[in-house]
Amino acid sequence: MSKEPEQPEPSRGRRALLRGAVLLASGLATGPLAAKKTDARKLPAQAGDELCFPSWEHDGRMLLAGEIEIGATPLLVYPRDPATGVVRERSRLNQILVMRFAPEDLTESMRPLSADGVLAYSGLCTHTACGVSEWKSDEKHLLCPCHGSEFDPLQKGKRITGPAPRSLPGLPIASRGEHLVIAGPFTSKVGANA
Amino acid sequence: MNSMKITLIEAACLLGLLALALPGYAEAPAYNAVTDARLRAPEDHNWLQYRRTYDSWGYSPLKQITAANVSKLRAAWTFSTGVVEAHQSPPIVNDGMMFITTPRNQVIALDARSGEQLWRYARELPDDLFQLHPTNRGVALYGDRLYLATVDAYLVALDARTGEVIWEAEVEDYLAGYYMTLAPQAIKGKIIVGMSGGEFGIRGFIQAFDATSGESVWKTSMVPGPGEAGHETWNEDDWKRGGVSVWVTGSYDPETNLTYWGTGNAGPWMADQRPGDNLYATSVVALDADTGKIESHHQYHWSDAWDWDEVSAPILLDVTRNGRALKGMIHAGRDGYLWLLERDKKDIRFVDAVPYVHQNVFTGIDPESGRPTYDPTRIPRTGARTEFCPSIWGGKDWPPSAYNPDTGLLYIPANENLCSAISGEPAKYRRGELYMGAKLAEVEVFPTEAAKDHVGELQAWNMATGEKAWTVPFKSHNWGPVLTTAGNLIFSGGTNDRLFRAFDATTGKILWQQKTNSGVVGVPVSYAIDGKQYVAVQSGWGVDAQRKQDFLNKHWGTSTQVPQGGVLWVFELPDAP
Repeated sequence: MSKEPEQPEPSRGRRALLRGAVLLASGLATGPLAAKKTDARKLPAQAGDELCFPSWEHDGRMLLAGEIEIGATPLLVYPRDPATGVVRERSRLNQILVMRFAPEDLTESMRPLSADGVLAYSGLCTHTACGVSEWKSDEKHLLCPCHGSEFDPLQKGKRITGPAPRSLPGLPIASRGEHLVIAGPFTSKVGANA
Repeated sequence: MNSMKITLIEAACLLGLLALALPGYAEAPAYNAVTDARLRAPEDHNWLQYRRTYDSWGYSPLKQITAANVSKLRAAWTFSTGVVEAHQSPPIVNDGMMFITTPRNQVIALDARSGEQLWRYARELPDDLFQLHPTNRGVALYGDRLYLATVDAYLVALDARTGEVIWEAEVEDYLAGYYMTLAPQAIKGKIIVGMSGGEFGIRGFIQAFDATSGESVWKTSMVPGPGEAGHETWNEDDWKRGGVSVWVTGSYDPETNLTYWGTGNAGPWMADQRPGDNLYATSVVALDADTGKIESHHQYHWSDAWDWDEVSAPILLDVTRNGRALKGMIHAGRDGYLWLLERDKKDIRFVDAVPYVHQNVFTGIDPESGRPTYDPTRIPRTGARTEFCPSIWGGKDWPPSAYNPDTGLLYIPANENLCSAISGEPAKYRRGELYMGAKLAEVEVFPTEAAKDHVGELQAWNMATGEKAWTVPFKSHNWGPVLTTAGNLIFSGGTNDRLFRAFDATTGKILWQQKTNSGVVGVPVSYAIDGKQYVAVQSGWGVDAQRKQDFLNKHWGTSTQVPQGGVLWVFELPDAP
C-alpha cells in the first residue's frame, strides 16, 4: 500500500486493540488497554498558531504570506503549534483555506479578519463536511463539489447557492514577519451541524 | 508481536474473571456458535450471512409462506432504529437472535421472535468524518462473535451475546478517503473486508483478518503495483491513486476455496486521465481464501469512464447452456449487460453477455474473450460533456439480484430508460478530497422519453435458456434488493412509494404489498423460529436512492419526497384459528 509520508504514529498493523469497556470501567486496564493518549495533531486550532502546509504537501513547510497571489486558487493549510512544532493535521476540522484579494476589494467589516488582503476560511462545507476544494476564479467563489454549495469569501463566507445551511466559518489571521498566524477563533462552528 | 500476544492472553483472562463476576455476562442468552460447517450449509430457518449462502443466491428454503397464502401476511412487530439515511443491511438471524446495522455504524441485537432489544452498539465516529455514502450493509457472524466494517475504516469484533467490543483493527486511514460499508465475509477463521473510497484517489484492496486476534492475515491490492501481474495495464504512476474500491460482500466456493469479489471503477472517472485497461477495475476477481492470491479474473468492461462499478458479487450456480453443463457465475452488470461466466479452480471464462437495459456504449462483444468495443462518442472525456445510457447508476447498482432453484429464474432489480452526462475536467489530487475528474454536483442523470412509461423494473431471466421470462415495471426507479423463497415468492421494495411487495416467483404477479414508513432499500430475509416463518426487512431511504429521486424531481418538475428514518419490519402469517 502506497502511503503518503506522515509524522510518526503507532503501527497500524498492530492496532488490534482490546477495548473491552468492562476492563476500562473496572480500572484494570494498563498499557495498550488504557485509554489512548490524546493526539496533539487532532487538537483544534488555537489563537497564535502558525499556518503551514500538511506533511503530505510541500514537505509540510511553513506558509509564506508572500506566496499567496491575488485572485489565485486558495491554498490548503493547517495550524501549527509554535511552542511544540506540532501540525494539527489529523483533524479535517483544522483545514484552512487562505486566499488573497486586493486590499481595496475588502469592505471595512472584512478588514479585521484579514492580513494585507489575505483571508482564511474553514475548508469544510457546512452542509455535510465535504471539502470545499474548488475555486470559481471568475466569481471568486469557494465551491463544494459534493453538492454544489458556493460561498463568497468577500461577504464573510456567505452562502450564495446550494444546500449549505449557513455561511462558511471565517478565521481571523494576522501577519508575523513573513508568516501568518491565527488571531482568533473561527467565526462559527466548523463542519456540518449534525 | 509477542508482547501483543501476551496482552491478548492477559486480557482474555481478565475478561474471563470478570465474566464470572458480572451479572450481564451470566445472563447472556444461549448462543449457537457459527461454524464453517454452518456457513457452508445453514439450517433452513437461519440467515447467517449477507446473502444467506456463500453462493449469493438470496434464497430461503422456507415455504410456510407461499404464493397461495401471502395475501394474509401481516406485521408481527416493528422496531425504530432512531437513525436516518440508508438502511441497507439484511437482518442476520442465528437461532432466534437477530442483528441489524444502521448508518453511522450502530449494531442492534434483537429477539427475533418478540422484537425486544437485547443490546445496541453505537460506534463513536470521528467528529470530522465526511460520509459520501452514509450506510452499512450488515455484519458477519463467526464463532460467538460478530464483525462490523465501519465508515472510519475499522474492523470491529463484538461479542454476539453482549455487544461488548473484543477488538478493533484500523484497516486504513479515513483521513485519506478510505471507508467501509460492506458486510464482512467469514471463511475458515478469517474475516475478509473490501475498501471503499473510489472517489477519493484511494488504491482499493481486499484484506483478511484473523477472526480471533484481529491481526492481518493477507492483503491483496485491486490495483497491481510494480512487478505484479496486471501492473502493465496502468500508465506511469496512475496506479497509486487508481481507485477500484470493493464495497459489496463476495461469493465463495468451498470446493475450490476461491472467494469471488466484484470491483469498482478506476479513478479518476475520466479514462483519458489514466490510459490502459486498469486491472482489476470493473472485474470479478477470484482469490484463494487462505492466501489472498488472485487466481483468476474477468474484466467486464475495460477502462471505465461511466462510474459503472461492478461490485456485486457473481451468483454461483450450475447451469446448462447450449447443451453443455457448466459451473457458472451470473452477474447483472452496472454496465447494463447480463454476464454469464464459467469458473474452475484456475480460470474464469466468458460464456455470454446480453443487454438487459438500453445501453448505447458497447458496439460489440468479442465472442471468445467477452471484451467489449466502445462507441468513442459515448466515452466521457476531459474537457467535454458526454451523454451515455444507462445512467451512472447503471442497469443495476448494488442491490442484489436473487436466484431461485425451484423456478430456475434469476431476479434483477433493474432501472431502465435513464441516461447520464458527465463533463470531464482535469483531476487534481488532494489527500482525502474528491478526486473524480468531474464535479459531483454537476453530474447529470436524466430520463429518456420512454421513462414516462416506467423506470424501475423487476426482471426475471431463465437460467436454462438465457432468455428473459418477464418484467414487472414500476413508475418509480427501483433500489430494491431481492429475496426469493421456496414458497414460490419474491420479496422486494425499492420504489419511492414506500411499498414492500411480494411477487409470484413464477409469473411476477404482485400478490401482496405493505406501505412502510420510508423507502425499502434494505436486503430482505426470511427465517423461522419454532417452525413459524417470518420475513424481515429494513425500511429507510437515503444515499443514492434519494440522490436519483432528486435528479428525477429536477427533470420532471416533481417534488416527490421519501421520508427518512429506519424501521425494521417483521412479517408473519396469522396463527390458524
